[in-house]
Amino acid sequence: MDMGFVLTQAITQAIGVTAIIYLLATMGLNIQFGYTGLLNFGQIAFVAVGSYAIGVFLIQWQQDPWPNWMPWPTLVPNLWVAILYALLLSVALALILGIPTLRLRADYLAIVTIATGEIMRLAFKSTDPLGGSQGINGKMGQDFYDLNPFPQQDRFDFGPLSYTRADLWVVLVGWVVIALLLLLTWALMRSPWGRVLKGIREDEDAVRSLGKNTYLRKMQALILGGLLGSLSGIFWAIAKQSVQPDSFVPAFTFFCYTILILGGAARVMGPVLGAIIFWFLLVFIEQFLLLLIDNGTITFLVPTQVGPIRFILVGLGLMLLMIFRPQGILGDKKEIALDAR
Amino acid sequence: MPGDIAAQAVSALASVTPEPGAAKPDPILVADGVNRHFGGLVAVDVTHVEFQKGAITALIGPNGAGKSTFFNLLSGFDKADAGTWVYAGTTVTNTPPHRLARRGMVRTFQLTKSLSRLTVIDNMLLGAGEQTGEVMLASILPFLWSGQEKKNRERAMVLLERFNLAAKADDFAGSLSGGQRKLLEMARALMLKPNLIMLDEPMAGVNPALKQSLLDHIRDIREEGTTVVFVEHDMDMVRDVSDWVVVMAQGKVIAEGRPDTVMRDQRVIDAYLGAHHDQQLTDSGETRTEGTTS
Amino acid sequence: MLRAFARLLLALLGLMAASVALTGVAAAADPAVVAVVTDANKAPIAGVTISVTGPDGFTGTGTTGADGIATIIVPKSGKYVATIDEATIPGGATVKDGTERTVNVLSGNKKVLFPVGMPDDGGGSQDGGGGSGITLDRVMQLILDGVILSLIIALGALGLNLIFGTTGLSNFAHGELLTLGAFTALVLNTSLGLDLLIAAPLAILLSALLWGWGQNQVLWKPLRKRQTGLIAAMIVSIGLAIMLRYVILFLFGGAPKSYQQFAGQPGLELGPIFITPKAIVLSIIAIIALVAIILWLKSSRIGKATRAVSDNPALASASGINVERVISIVWILGAMLAAYAGVFLGITQNVVWTMGQYLLLTLFAAIVLGGLGTIGGAIVGSFVVGITVQLSTLIVPTELKTGAALLLMILLLLVRPQGLLGRPERVG
Repeated sequence: MDMGFVLTQAITQAIGVTAIIYLLATMGLNIQFGYTGLLNFGQIAFVAVGSYAIGVFLIQWQQDPWPNWMPWPTLVPNLWVAILYALLLSVALALILGIPTLRLRADYLAIVTIATGEIMRLAFKSTDPLGGSQGINGKMGQDFYDLNPFPQQDRFDFGPLSYTRADLWVVLVGWVVIALLLLLTWALMRSPWGRVLKGIREDEDAVRSLGKNTYLRKMQALILGGLLGSLSGIFWAIAKQSVQPDSFVPAFTFFCYTILILGGAARVMGPVLGAIIFWFLLVFIEQFLLLLIDNGTITFLVPTQVGPIRFILVGLGLMLLMIFRPQGILGDKKEIALDAR
Repeated sequence: MPGDIAAQAVSALASVTPEPGAAKPDPILVADGVNRHFGGLVAVDVTHVEFQKGAITALIGPNGAGKSTFFNLLSGFDKADAGTWVYAGTTVTNTPPHRLARRGMVRTFQLTKSLSRLTVIDNMLLGAGEQTGEVMLASILPFLWSGQEKKNRERAMVLLERFNLAAKADDFAGSLSGGQRKLLEMARALMLKPNLIMLDEPMAGVNPALKQSLLDHIRDIREEGTTVVFVEHDMDMVRDVSDWVVVMAQGKVIAEGRPDTVMRDQRVIDAYLGAHHDQQLTDSGETRTEGTTS
Repeated sequence: MLRAFARLLLALLGLMAASVALTGVAAAADPAVVAVVTDANKAPIAGVTISVTGPDGFTGTGTTGADGIATIIVPKSGKYVATIDEATIPGGATVKDGTERTVNVLSGNKKVLFPVGMPDDGGGSQDGGGGSGITLDRVMQLILDGVILSLIIALGALGLNLIFGTTGLSNFAHGELLTLGAFTALVLNTSLGLDLLIAAPLAILLSALLWGWGQNQVLWKPLRKRQTGLIAAMIVSIGLAIMLRYVILFLFGGAPKSYQQFAGQPGLELGPIFITPKAIVLSIIAIIALVAIILWLKSSRIGKATRAVSDNPALASASGINVERVISIVWILGAMLAAYAGVFLGITQNVVWTMGQYLLLTLFAAIVLGGLGTIGGAIVGSFVVGITVQLSTLIVPTELKTGAALLLMILLLLVRPQGLLGRPERVG
């Protein structure tokens, strides 16, 4: 155990599956909150929809169809169809969520979206046809892994980083998808459509008085951000081969907000920077502390206490960010100074 | 010709009877039976009012008269409990503001709503009317909207020049002074090429130097053929620039007329000062008469 | 050799560390039955024995660790029965939904959950699952439980509402005021050995000072001076909530604790309903406290000043009211009420780091449903939410009961955005 390995761990996680999952969800949040000012605190609901769609359509209902007369194997023959359904369900959720709430004021929206996320989690947890409290485990996404072009090899080493064949494929595809979505985000946000969103963030009434249908735009932002959230969930299910209801807690969304603000809201690369640095720091500090405990430098802590320390740092970090550097890394201080919110 | 419209408006109004609800020769906006109440409190109760096209009309009244509420109702920012109103021949009762704006009815706000974290030019471009680029799917293909955007930009710069804001085009709107932001809001409203522009207390919090500038701009707007209706407390401005004045009190229209005559109308004086303002206040040594102003 | 082993360990730790935030259980290589034993507050219970039987006469046992998890590896896929040994559950609690679970293990893990009910559950009854039938007795018991829950919610909601009304802050750390109150009492009671009858009031006073007045002085007042926006402040409160929660977990660990007195008090049977004397006493005190505060707000000078500031801070300030002083008082009051609620929960259930977090959403639901900013609304909302939560167990599974109240809140907002008692907003 030495610093080298602490760093290796931190770097691996900073660009690995965990970071990708959070990054995708945060990119969605960036569109909703960063650019449009929608206080969506229920992004985890979209992630859950994505994950559960994969788990339910590919594993749960294939083995145990519900209702039992539905020919799920025919309706969902492969992963790609399941992904399509997942995205459609995500749009449906955005509509269900948005239609009543987009007219509410900001703090109501926050409370209602968290409530929705929790209702969904509790509903998934107590509904047996959806996996119940045990969740869903199994080989979901085999079609994806079958496409793996890398040669059969035990491990792939790139300097200090080491991957299995499957992991390498997953991480690579994840980043390619992210790159494409970043390009899309960039194109959207520099367009007049993006300008309307930013206007809505500043003052919706003013934008309405200029002839824009703001309700439609807010819904579009919600849907788009939600799609990115479900992509995160889809990726999660495929990468981890497991869907557990208690993973989809409000804390996930709070982490996303921390990542978003850290990197810089309303900046295309903000979430990327935020996610990488966030996970690097979190894993680094944890591993570093474990190292120090292990070699006896720190005697007043035990390893089980290191976990809570991560969360303490996240909470503290979020507070300090909002108070002292709300523009994050990529943001413009002058611009934030004009933020009346 | 625009100048003719202005002159026409003024002469047309000369023949109108100065009574509340008076009919106008060529009204652009007509409201009937508009009612808005909050619980038991009646905020707006306007039987009938018409606004002449091409004129500058002021809507005045003491605090709590319901002017702002009436404004909000007509411009779609509040829902009326009863009544109808017609704009340019089309019934627009409770039509949402974005649709009104597309039809050419634009309003500004008392607390300036310059979109602070957008640049001045972006503020203007938002006002450029319907744009292909604002459709989500089209927005990712710049070639579909870049031509239109260029034209809008040119038009915006011309307007900014007119309002002396061209040098600030790429600055954040939030970094402008209060007065500059008022000008920006007016310029932005003009990007929509409105037929009717409704200004909500345009002089609120404005320094005297800027007032003249704003008055000149309002006159210019009218010269281009745009009807102007504004809510104001500043009586000097009202006298200076308006062709017609509508006075509200306690939710109703109590008087209409040309600026100089309306100010002298007894009903208007009563509304502003209270009904018993003319009773003498006695010296401290004697008892007061009953019913002095509260 | 040692290095290689250390490398492997670190890699494993790294992987596990990353999945902490994501899922509870990492996929093991072999098929296994993973038993998770948690209590009413979702906190893990250690030291519980689970035995597993399966095809080909397979038997295996495991004991839950500090994370409440026991992993029993099975030789192949098939149908297995996991049985929890209730005798090994500390505190003599029993498992909900029976002691056996039957599962189909395919490849990988199959998780089984053993949710354990605590012997004393906030009024004297177990939460029934969704299937015990609707009887008058059950309904009455649930309404009683609902009333008690409503009182606890009201204690929190009133403070939350006052803070929102006077400062505009949606305080996501309000649940932690409960938790801090309960833990302050715990420290005074168990570490310093003070009898609970002294420790509790002392804890409430200390909480009012430190977590109420202190929090405002150190954090919220400076932020107001800097003119931090309300959304930014809300996010700060979220960060604060996370930090406080995990500091408490860090200092006290995850296992639920009890005060030294009144822990195992037997309940009374009053006809069809079941309630403990401590719950009766605590509820009466809660009612007195709430009524007293409401009367005080309506009639005293400072109370009226508070309502004035809630209504229009600028105008109140211009009228000569010291707005900052009113805000300090509001924070002191809010922390005091919340601390009492925390102690209430601590005495009737237990003291655990998640207690405030668990209630936070119901607090918001109560004030949103009742009408943000109105005092009567906070109380009415609390009762609607509290009773809904408990009565809903008649038709939905226990886990969903909070969800039922949240759903009610959302549905109400659709029809009546200002809440039950809120005023429709005047445009002006």
